Amino acid sequence: MEKLPFYHALKVVENVCIGCTHCMNVCPTKAIRVKYGKADIKKNACVDCGECLKACPVNAIIVEQDDFNKIFSFKQRVALLPTVLLGQFPDDITEDQIYAVIRDMGFTHVFEVDEAVDIQIEGTKTYMRKHSQMRPFISSFCPAVVRLIQVRFPSLVEHIVHLKPVVDISSQFYRKRLQDEGYKKDEIGIFYVTPCAAKIAAVKSPVGEDEILIDGVINMDFIYNKVMLSIKQGNKDKQAVSDYGHLSKTSIEWTLTNGEASQYPGRCLAIDEIHNVIAFLDKVENEEISDVDFLELRACDRSCAGGVLSTENRFLAVERLSKRAKKEIKKQAEAEEMLTTYRPYLLENIALSEIEPRSILSLDSDMMVAMEKMKKIQRIMRVLPGIDCGACGAPKCKVLAEDVVQGNAKMNQCVFLQKMLTKEELISPQESFDISERTWGKGRFEKKGPQ
Amino acid sequence: MDFKFDIEGGNFSKAGTASSDVKKVLKKLNVDPKLIKRIVVSIYEAEVNVVAHAYEGEMNVSIFPEKIVVRIVDKGPGIPDIDLAMQKGYSTASPAVREMGFGAGMGLPNIKKNTNELNIKSEVGVGTEVELINYLN
Repeated sequence: MEKLPFYHALKVVENVCIGCTHCMNVCPTKAIRVKYGKADIKKNACVDCGECLKACPVNAIIVEQDDFNKIFSFKQRVALLPTVLLGQFPDDITEDQIYAVIRDMGFTHVFEVDEAVDIQIEGTKTYMRKHSQMRPFISSFCPAVVRLIQVRFPSLVEHIVHLKPVVDISSQFYRKRLQDEGYKKDEIGIFYVTPCAAKIAAVKSPVGEDEILIDGVINMDFIYNKVMLSIKQGNKDKQAVSDYGHLSKTSIEWTLTNGEASQYPGRCLAIDEIHNVIAFLDKVENEEISDVDFLELRACDRSCAGGVLSTENRFLAVERLSKRAKKEIKKQAEAEEMLTTYRPYLLENIALSEIEPRSILSLDSDMMVAMEKMKKIQRIMRVLPGIDCGACGAPKCKVLAEDVVQGNAKMNQCVFLQKMLTKEELISPQESFDISERTWGKGRFEKKGPQ
Repeated sequence: MDFKFDIEGGNFSKAGTASSDVKKVLKKLNVDPKLIKRIVVSIYEAEVNVVAHAYEGEMNVSIFPEKIVVRIVDKGPGIPDIDLAMQKGYSTASPAVREMGFGAGMGLPNIKKNTNELNIKSEVGVGTEVELINYLN
């Protein structure tokens, strides 16, 4: 069966990219190659974790967002905010000021997604009781981790809690609420402010969901800049409150590390940062780690506070959010009632359908062919230098060998082999130069800067 | 197609690396994830047995169109009574090994559960050879 490629929010801006290999070397799924002097992301292997964006020295990797004016094609414009947004601002900027600016931007409703965390917890507890044979349960919270499991740990897919993440529950809640107030489906626009690329990808091509619940995505740094600009320009006195007021401690801490793991019974572990997650999943897959009930796995260091679109230092953001969580502000009773009313509806619609394994690891769907390919790789590895220099445009010698066997690269891209072939007079120096130019582009061999 | 991985006796910090390497190979060969899991779980147990009891060993993997055969051969004390070793909960592991979370006496029974065919040959004072055969399809 032909699998559709994932939607990816991470894009390489070609005229900015200098083809420097930083992104290629940090990619945890080896999804990047350099061709003609530009980074090239392989769609089936990328999990949208954003490591490449963090590593890029010239900001050539961006997170593609929707045109902001798209919100005005809806009568009811809902901003779904991630809780980490409030952690981005200095202490002297209040929640109310931030909400006021977001409303000024044109939103009719402002809602923090983690308001619906309670419903997620209840759903997950029920799920774990029902499917107790599927221990250890892996949270579906982080879309980069869900995709990572699909492509690199296909045998663990069934351990993922097949429930909608909280952002989808909130979106469903708000849409239903506005529909019940009399608005038509196409009058309601729900926009999620995202702290990372993976959430965008998950919104645009959701895994295990049949319909897209969110109409558009806005990058968190965009909102951050708007709010800062407005406040610096003197709109300090504006005040507005969110539709639901202050969040509970559980909600505020939900997207931080240990936010989920602290809520469930049994042995629950929280692991953040994608390499840590990979190392851990490797052990879970071997059943070296058993007797764990629940795993909270997040791709970013310090979870969402470390999202690629966060502007504030993640440690400071975590500190602020923890402070915010300690404040005890009584919720408006009517707000609480509203969510309670919709609770049964949301719990009824919380399930995800199948999450498909989509391994990127196998060399061929036919095992016999795969074996032949593996033998070829072993032969190629014997002549490659094994220093993983990246000068061929692939992150490791082994990756080049695989690319060669799959027909996606040529062995003579290896600069060591080029030297050998030139010495043996099997290729001319000009040919060797042309090969390197194909990998690195013409500009790489020109003198840089004026004079 | 054959692969060979070395196992170091007594080095618990490296216990599992051979199994992980085998897992990587099987993933590349597009073996069914469920079968990979069963194989890896059983060879991990066998690998830990070598680390815990033997001086050194190796894991030989042979992949055929219809089956995957893993032979784990060690130089070590051997097993005096294989039937007893196959019983759940029976263990000769030292208290030090148990403290590290190993040696619960589930090793061989677990391997048997996850393998189509299990053959054990052992000679006291010489070593043990464990053969696990799993059929594809």
